[in-house]
Amino acid sequence: MAKIITKNLNLWYGGFHALKDINSSFEANRITAIIGPSGCGKSTLLRVFNRMNDLIDGVRTDGEVLIEDTNILNSQTDLVVLRKKVGMVFQRPNPFPLSIYENIVFAEKIHGEGVTRDKLDEIVETSLKGVLLWEELKDKLNEPALKLSLEEKQRLCIARLIAVKPDVLLMDEPCSSLDPQATARVEELMRELKNKYTIIIVTHNMQQAARVSDDTGFMLLGELIEFGKTEEIFTAPGDRRTEDYITGRYG
Amino acid sequence: MRKLKEFIIEKLILICGLASIFFVVLIFLFLLKEGLAVFKTVSPLKFLFGKSWYPISEPAQLGILPLILGSLLVTLGAAIISIPIGVGCAIYIAEIAPLKIKEILKAGIELLAAIPSVVLGFIGMVTLVPLVKNIFHLPTGLTALSGSIMLAFMAMPTIVSIAEDALYSVPKTYKEGALALGATHWQAIWRVMLPAASSGILAAVMLGIGRVIGETMAVMMITGNAAVIPKSILVPVRTLTATIAAEMGEAVVGSEHYFALFAIGIVLFVISFAINVSADLFLHKRQQ
Repeated sequence: MAKIITKNLNLWYGGFHALKDINSSFEANRITAIIGPSGCGKSTLLRVFNRMNDLIDGVRTDGEVLIEDTNILNSQTDLVVLRKKVGMVFQRPNPFPLSIYENIVFAEKIHGEGVTRDKLDEIVETSLKGVLLWEELKDKLNEPALKLSLEEKQRLCIARLIAVKPDVLLMDEPCSSLDPQATARVEELMRELKNKYTIIIVTHNMQQAARVSDDTGFMLLGELIEFGKTEEIFTAPGDRRTEDYITGRYG
Repeated sequence: MRKLKEFIIEKLILICGLASIFFVVLIFLFLLKEGLAVFKTVSPLKFLFGKSWYPISEPAQLGILPLILGSLLVTLGAAIISIPIGVGCAIYIAEIAPLKIKEILKAGIELLAAIPSVVLGFIGMVTLVPLVKNIFHLPTGLTALSGSIMLAFMAMPTIVSIAEDALYSVPKTYKEGALALGATHWQAIWRVMLPAASSGILAAVMLGIGRVIGETMAVMMITGNAAVIPKSILVPVRTLTATIAAEMGEAVVGSEHYFALFAIGIVLFVISFAINVSADLFLHKRQQ
């Protein structure tokens, strides 16, 4: 089932045409990787789905992005509702300078009013268990989140996100600041999360795309060149440019 | 030859560097020498907590508690007015204002900092003082409140520019992270950016207060200068600084009064030093 569909999506940063006629369909409960060289527009595309591009001055979009049949580019879209449904993990782990506990209940506190302490405790426990951090952190929930290791920070950011119970997880190069072992563990976590969420990951690490994703889209200079099953893209790419990229001729 | 030139220049720069410390030490020693002499006649406790300041009566009564309270009251009032407005202004400039308004506001704030305090005092005297008098039906508008309001204007530029800087240096990823979790802009500011910038904002507040407590001219012109323990904010008060400025000219050199004024200088020095050091601690904490 398609969770997110883009139809003739175009985006400009001022005069720069950053996304050109993107037509794609992202399936639920699968991991879709978007790959391509730096500056190809893959992060921009990801940031369309939770409207993070709105933060930048002079951005203009047209076309449609349907999430469960609602066009989120519509000016009436409630961004709070959208971002609760479509969560994002950033390139550099960005826990807030608060305690571990406060990081996880952050969203619950801003969205729900008068949530009981028990309920918050429960959210913290399930979220941390969801990212396999509970055993390590259960005794130091009140310590500052900034003291954690990079990997733990990134996991905490994912925990903070799944505490909101989103449908879609957008991941913008979530492992680029992690070492290989930590990367492997976060990838393992992604496979586990796939059962509950639709995951879209932007990466310039092709091996990572090949390892974790079910579907892959290849972007170049703002265009979506090819989109399909990961095995197919990596073994029998249909486009010459895709083949050149995955065989390392540029990028 | 070249070596000699290098050597001379190096030493000259060293002297420039040491000069500032040297002068501070000299000033402090001079203050101590002149100020501590007063304690031959008054005990330190009586000096700090004595309730009446009649330096030229016979025998002289040298209790500076009214002056300390006057300074604290005016400063506290200025802080209550300038902190919320200053921090609010900093939030507006750093986060909300469109580029053009931001630049105009920043220029305005700098201009405010450039107004000499005697001019501010004068403006306060002809506009604010009658206003306070009429609003509260007072016998005089020369009150602690008038001083607080005027001093708030002087603290604001410091608070705004340093707090704005602190907010600006909060990593953009914090804000993005909060927004991506569905926070509104204000929730992101209130729950993430302000806590992240808190030590910088505290430093801004401390430096603003430091400026206020050392200010002399404007307070002397508009607070009424009555050396009595203030019972409310609507009565005339006299601050530590105004006392020195007003009385130094008439105190006989080497008299008890003269030494007492230097001792007030020591008290002021200690207060500003404490404020600056704590501001510095907050700033360092922020950099770590």
